[in-house]
Amino acid sequence: MASVSFDSVTKKFGDFTAVSDLGIGIGDGEFVCLLGPSGCGKTTTLRMIAGLETPTSGRVRIGDRDVTFMHPKDRKISMVFQDYALYPHMNLADNIAYPLKVRGESKEKRHARAREVADVLKIGQLLERMPSQISGGQQQRTSLARALVYPSDVYLFDEPLSNLDAKLRLEARGFLNHLQRDMGMTAVYVTHDQAEAMALATRVAVMDAGVVVQYAPPLEVYRRPATTFVANFVGNPPMNLLPVEAMIADGALHLRADGLATSPLKVTRAAAKALEGGKSLTLGVRPEHLSIASGGEENTIAGQLFANENMGPEALVTLEREDAARFTARIFTDEMVALEGRVRLGFAADHIHLFDGEGLRLPLDGEEG
Amino acid sequence: MTRYLSLYFTRIGFSVATAVLGAVFALPLIWFVFAPFNPRAELGLAVPDPFSLANFETVFQNAFALRGLWNSLIQSVGGVVLVGAGATLASYALSRSPIRGKNVVTYILLLFSSVVSGSAAMVPIFLIVNGMGLIDTHIAVILVFAGGLLPTAMFILRDFIDGIPKSYEESAMVAGASPVQAFFDVALPVIRPGVVVVVVWAFVNIWGSFLIPFILLRSSEKMPASVAIYSFYSEAGTPIVTLLAAYSLLYSLPVIVLYLFVSWKFGFRFFGGIKA
Ligand SMILES: Nc1ncnc2c1ncn2[C@@H]1O[C@H](COP(=O)(O)OP(=O)(O)O)[C@@H](O)[C@H]1O
Ligand SMILES: [Mg+2]
Repeated sequence: MASVSFDSVTKKFGDFTAVSDLGIGIGDGEFVCLLGPSGCGKTTTLRMIAGLETPTSGRVRIGDRDVTFMHPKDRKISMVFQDYALYPHMNLADNIAYPLKVRGESKEKRHARAREVADVLKIGQLLERMPSQISGGQQQRTSLARALVYPSDVYLFDEPLSNLDAKLRLEARGFLNHLQRDMGMTAVYVTHDQAEAMALATRVAVMDAGVVVQYAPPLEVYRRPATTFVANFVGNPPMNLLPVEAMIADGALHLRADGLATSPLKVTRAAAKALEGGKSLTLGVRPEHLSIASGGEENTIAGQLFANENMGPEALVTLEREDAARFTARIFTDEMVALEGRVRLGFAADHIHLFDGEGLRLPLDGEEG
Repeated sequence: MTRYLSLYFTRIGFSVATAVLGAVFALPLIWFVFAPFNPRAELGLAVPDPFSLANFETVFQNAFALRGLWNSLIQSVGGVVLVGAGATLASYALSRSPIRGKNVVTYILLLFSSVVSGSAAMVPIFLIVNGMGLIDTHIAVILVFAGGLLPTAMFILRDFIDGIPKSYEESAMVAGASPVQAFFDVALPVIRPGVVVVVVWAFVNIWGSFLIPFILLRSSEKMPASVAIYSFYSEAGTPIVTLLAAYSLLYSLPVIVLYLFVSWKFGFRFFGGIKA
């Protein structure tokens, strides 16, 4: 196992910058998820660790080796590809054992080792089959087995679960989590599924248009998203965001928008500074922090009922405001929520998030260091 | 009711018309199958009576005719090896490497290749081969064919390789394989169906061609079957149909056998359209 670090790495394809000035470090034994929408540069970043792509500028290190221009075969890495890349002309045993074959292991030894790994992954009885003769879930485990069959410094995963159906994906996710706990491997895992990132990562690097916008443990990303982009990407459903007008009066911060009533907030230094430039801020509240308001109007938001979806243990209640913006509440109840017409959703003052005109997080009371 | 009836007659009419058309095209083939076994074969169609192998006996006694088949084999196999190996390596490189302008190179080559093996270039080709002192050698025929067929072969194969995900070789290299190992262990087996198509295509092309060996070769011991056929005339200049028929059948066999072998072994996924 080893650490990985990027030293102001930029990757361009022609004029297009796919990854821009990347500078993250991945500790020994860490499981880092690169999370972001399609096309934001996650795969490109992963491929630069693998050596399948060469940075336009900057350095990549694995442990204390500068691998920027090193051939993939010399990097001591394993990689699971999104399309699995199983060799169609080899049976599973030969597929799994291929990395040992190129290392010059005898046929007997490598097949014994392949069987060992295959048994762990519950594909031991399929070793004689060809890749085309097994299911998608089994193909996925075969490609995982091929990555685990030899010891590597770093394990790379490029959306390994995205081709599985929902149930298999949950199962495989649990297995990967277990594996990480078991092996303590250094892993970089690319995904566009925020739930996968939250479940697996020790740290999440949220990427947007080639830039890492936040690099922090999953709970930190969830609790204190650095930008509106992160707030909107992490969470299911994503955070509700609402443009508000802000002003400082009587030594307190007041937020104003149609149908919104918030209690005055403490003026932090960052908030005061943000308001010098203008008075538009963005208010954010997570769906799970909203409930049907019962008491007074303070800390509530109102609108017409738009949708009411019961899903068993919880219900999603969505209201639509006059400006067409929607607010969704995730209410934990197995009762039918009876609602009609104008609805008021309430929240606690310490569960709100504020972002400035650029979408950057404004630290609230208690967050400022 | 009348509508169904008219539909019915349209169907019958259509079937009869296509059957007649089919028969017209089938006639030469039927001749081709019957005539070799007919010791009195003429250009007209006739069922062999008696059915005999006498024509083949005559062919097998003709050293020149057998020599022609052997020469065809030498030239075709030689050309196929060059075209197959050259096209595989070149198209793989063209497909996978990030060289700029590689598309332009492919298209220019393709454009010129139709000139090289076409009759327009026969005089310059003859002069070049003559200048190299290779006139009347197998190697001259093989080289000219390789030059003429390679660009098209590269074009076909490159298209095929472009359609194969790079992740096969990439996963091999990440797993510790050198580029050469990744090519032979993983890429080559995966692109083999494409190579087979190109090899068959090149073989059929060389085996059946007349002009190039006719121009580049002098001595009768080096002539391939396609040229040798031309010598089956009587002194008076009329074709010896019996000999010609038997020889034609023998001449076609390798190609037929090759097709059958390949389709049995690999399946013609790229010729047949859909194969489950
Ligand atoms: N070989 C390439 N040539 C040109 N553009 C590329 C290449 N690889 C990736 N890109 C572009 O770089 C951007 C990032 O790609 P990628 O890293 O694959 O995104 P992600 O994995 O986050 O979906 C995309 O816009 C993609 O089109
Ligand atoms: Mg990707």
